[in-house]
Amino acid sequence: MKYIDEYRDPTRARAILAEIAKTVTRPWTIMEICGGQTHSIIRNGIDQVLPDAVRLLHGPGCPVCVTPIETLDRALSIASRSGVVLASFGDMLRVPGSEKDLLTARSEGADVRIVYSSLEAVKIARDNPGKEVVFLAVGFETTAPGNAMAVLQAEREGLDNFSELVSQFMVPPAMHAILSSGDCAVDGFLAAGHVCTVTGYEAYEALADTFHVPIVPTGFEPVDILAGILRAVTMLESGMSGVENEYARVVEREGNLTARSAVEEVFEVSDRQWRGIGVIPRSGLCLRKRFAVFDAEERFDVASIQPVESPLCRSGDVLRGIVKPDECPAFGDGCTPLSPLGAPMVSGEGACAAYFKYQRKV
Amino acid sequence: MDLQCPAPHSRHETVQMAHGAGGVLSRELTRTVFLPSFGNSILDMLDDQARISLGPGKIAFTTDTFVVSPLFFPGGNIGDLAVNGTVNDLAVGGAVPLYLSAGFVIEEGFFFSDLTKIVSAMATAAAAAGVSIVTGDTKVVGKGQCDGIFINTSGIGLIEDRFDLSCKNLREGDAILVSGSLGDHGMAVMTAREGLSFQSEISSDTVALNRMISSILRDVPEVHAMRDPTRGGLASTLNELADASGKGIVVEEDRLPVRPEVQGACELLGIDPLTVANEGKVVVAVPQKRAEDVLRIMQGHEDASSGMAAIIGTVVKEHPGMVVVRTALGGRRILDMPLGEQLPRIC
Repeated sequence: MKYIDEYRDPTRARAILAEIAKTVTRPWTIMEICGGQTHSIIRNGIDQVLPDAVRLLHGPGCPVCVTPIETLDRALSIASRSGVVLASFGDMLRVPGSEKDLLTARSEGADVRIVYSSLEAVKIARDNPGKEVVFLAVGFETTAPGNAMAVLQAEREGLDNFSELVSQFMVPPAMHAILSSGDCAVDGFLAAGHVCTVTGYEAYEALADTFHVPIVPTGFEPVDILAGILRAVTMLESGMSGVENEYARVVEREGNLTARSAVEEVFEVSDRQWRGIGVIPRSGLCLRKRFAVFDAEERFDVASIQPVESPLCRSGDVLRGIVKPDECPAFGDGCTPLSPLGAPMVSGEGACAAYFKYQRKV
Repeated sequence: MDLQCPAPHSRHETVQMAHGAGGVLSRELTRTVFLPSFGNSILDMLDDQARISLGPGKIAFTTDTFVVSPLFFPGGNIGDLAVNGTVNDLAVGGAVPLYLSAGFVIEEGFFFSDLTKIVSAMATAAAAAGVSIVTGDTKVVGKGQCDGIFINTSGIGLIEDRFDLSCKNLREGDAILVSGSLGDHGMAVMTAREGLSFQSEISSDTVALNRMISSILRDVPEVHAMRDPTRGGLASTLNELADASGKGIVVEEDRLPVRPEVQGACELLGIDPLTVANEGKVVVAVPQKRAEDVLRIMQGHEDASSGMAAIIGTVVKEHPGMVVVRTALGGRRILDMPLGEQLPRIC
């Protein structure tokens, strides 16, 4: 496949690895922001072939992991009502709420459906005028344009049975929070390539200036990731900060203007609770007042639902890069993909699941 | 009565509750739909049981129930799937498949035109595999009580006494082979499912493997184990082999045969092709020195992807019970059993 195979070419990857080994002279800690990158790193064994001096930390960029438990509990409450269809991306179904997950709710009779895009949820609403269709609109800047389009489409069609339970996150405020914390161990970042495709990277330039760190928008294939690491290491070794784009085949500085304007039209910036991390100011998106009628939280009056988290789970520390997944006392014992305590053990992109799946005991 | 071809159903366009009630309509269903397609001297007796004689050897006996959605997908339908699945479960044990039963649970209102297509696909698959459907049963359930049609098939085959294939028999140094491309069936079904808004050229690989397997066993009787990697894909099958034998398995990532279109659909959905179902592939464990011979037989099979058959790995004494993938970069990762339902990733 073009644009995939050449970025999985082992010969190219090994050449970049050799270049990294030649460049690095002292220890550096680099955080890959996106869960998709974490998965690729573990899946391809990249962390095992890097020089010891380069340490990778896994960042908070997995939407399934950071969606707060109250959003899950609210979704479960809505799904359990009669006449409701709850539509969601697949991997949200196994994320534990306070008492159960959406798969369990489905087995108890709730109408929970997996969709591949938010517009499919709009179609379900169109085809089922007698039902309330609620889309669980979670994700980072990558899902925001689609989720905004769904609201615009529903408005255009005059659908009064469609709403979104919104839990949208933004990456730069999370990076700001990580860099501002006293225990921050991160020397440089691989920024999430697909997020940057939508948003561009102007916001990252300000971060890089403020905190004097290199930030490298990076793709997801092994050659992409190694090239991102090489770029970050090269910048660190020469004392440079700033943004250097290593995913130029997709990412432009100003991002995708059409997508950005749809997001701007439908959503506004808000404080947002991150699971395991807490509230990060101005780190999320919520529906603008004009679209309040599409807000499931209001329509179903679920804003007051209060969750219960497992006290054993250290997923917050994992997401902030303070501990590695296998350093959590519950890892692999009290917490496995089959009975997860925290969301990072659930998602295909979750750091804990990636560790469990690919590195356990090897 | 002319029993040569499936006649269109006389009075009803859809299956009614009465077609499962044992009366006139049940008899009509049997005579106009099932017998014309499946008819053979044993079934035609229409007794409560099939009476069959078997030659010497061990009897292999298996059963499987098919509940696929959608019922019709590129490359096949629930009918050929139900025959091939049971034929293959017999064949991978070293058996020559001989006789099948077919049990149908049909939802009231199911179109006869669809039923006829399914039954005809079963007949064609049975003829291709050289098996006879010798007994059967039909129940009709109310609307909404099943998803169109469910089919159970059981099968009987004979194993020559000299063969003893079992997952337990894996030996250190065995080569692991797979007979063609991985993940075709599961992705064909998934991309055909309502709600998935992209179209693909992926076809199910559903096919009976018994002829290829009997060629392998005839020429290479040293084969230690065979499995067909159906639900759970190659990942589940390799883990079952490792677990049952207490041996480790190492597979080479760059040797795993996956079609570009399957790989592409998997990338889009965030699904690992190694966990996706196959319905016409076999995984073989055989001593290393005979691996090339098995590979040649696989590649000579008429299946569309036989050219992609490959030696993909080795049985090792390290990490007993565990399957490890050696990545193209030289790293290693565990290939685990999939948890269950495939959940497409968010982004």
